[in-house]
Amino acid sequence: MDTTAVSSGTEGKTWGGGNQPMKASYGKMMMWFFIVSDALTFSGFLAAYGFSRFKFIDYWPIADEVFTHVPFLHGQELPMIYVAFMTFILIMSSVTMVLAVDAGHHMKKNKVILYMFLTIIGGLIFVGSQAWEWATFIKGDYGAIQTKGGNILQFVDNEGHRVALRDFATVEDKERVAHKETNGIWFMSEGTQPTYTMEEIITGLEANSDILVRTQTINEEGEKTVLSRTESLRQIKENGRLVVEGANLKVNEYGSPLFADFFFFITGFHGFHVFSGVVINIIIFFNVIIGTYERRKNYEMVEKVGLYWHFVDLVWVFVFTFFYLV
Amino acid sequence: MADAHKLEILRGLIKFKSNTTKIWGVLILLTIVTAVEVILGIYKPASLMAPFLGMKILNWIFIILTLVKAYYITWDFMHMRDETVWLRRLVVWTAVFLICYLLFILLQEGGYVESVYATEFVKRDF
Repeated sequence: MDTTAVSSGTEGKTWGGGNQPMKASYGKMMMWFFIVSDALTFSGFLAAYGFSRFKFIDYWPIADEVFTHVPFLHGQELPMIYVAFMTFILIMSSVTMVLAVDAGHHMKKNKVILYMFLTIIGGLIFVGSQAWEWATFIKGDYGAIQTKGGNILQFVDNEGHRVALRDFATVEDKERVAHKETNGIWFMSEGTQPTYTMEEIITGLEANSDILVRTQTINEEGEKTVLSRTESLRQIKENGRLVVEGANLKVNEYGSPLFADFFFFITGFHGFHVFSGVVINIIIFFNVIIGTYERRKNYEMVEKVGLYWHFVDLVWVFVFTFFYLV
Repeated sequence: MADAHKLEILRGLIKFKSNTTKIWGVLILLTIVTAVEVILGIYKPASLMAPFLGMKILNWIFIILTLVKAYYITWDFMHMRDETVWLRRLVVWTAVFLICYLLFILLQEGGYVESVYATEFVKRDF
């Protein structure tokens, strides 16, 4: 028996279906709702970063000293240049995306294809740059000593320039064998060992009288505090515990481990968004090529992925400010 | 819907002839703002390092410039300018209200913890 209601009597009424509240289609409005909720997720992360930073306001790493590297320009201190480049790439790919949407409104298929392609390339350059940024951050540069209390002690020369561990550590001719499950206690193992041992650092520091220790504490001039020579030696000998090179989720040669944790988490989450944005863009790109939207007679799908793509750009603007500038 | 783009930015100061030129115009604006941020970030003028409302003036400038960028990305790239007024309010007011609330709570608490570490004797359980 066919009991399906053929007519509900509500056609043409507000709740009768086929309506577009606020003149936005269902898909577009849902994309906006998703963006609002995702924006709240990201602001949760950034607010948590702010919380931790306010908590350790006088001990936080200075971003300008951490992100100073640019590919192919080794050994030069160029704070922010590379991130500025990444920001520009992302804004640029946002522009090509909005041009694709505009071309879609005018039903110009070939232009949509071109601009979508450029958007995808921009996204790939950005993700690649971020991978490079991560690799550089993880590898580290100067190395540092972690104290018993978990603080980071870095090294500078008399003029305040950073000195890397490799520049002064005395290398002894002995090999420290890493404890693996195969060569020691079967249920215990340890990770990669640092290049230098604590003893090598201490003898190296004693031999080089112009090297001083720099602590995490930010002084009134907004710079990290440099200790006197005697205090430097005392701190390293009494409190030094671990040689740290680079950064991971537990230790971080740049300062507070939380800084590295938030860096990995926030830029990682954003990078994942960019990556998924690229994947979605590629799907839509092929849909455009095979003419799906041409047959559908509107390119709203391009507009919807465009919204997502711009949102990724929008988030980066905030990550850029709160991680690299402020 | 598709063709009804509002083509003026900066409160009608600049009016573009077509949507495409508006996009390029907004790109130029965003690039200028980013360039200003980067230059300020590299040189850090000493005059802007003075504290103001709990933060350095420079940091306030960065935050305001970021909000400017966010405005133009949302309004022009995401076409918020062309949506109905209530869709705009629905999205912007909700997000802005909740984010401000969250920021207030967390930053207040962070500042409090810092002040206890710095000035009080209690080192745990506060």
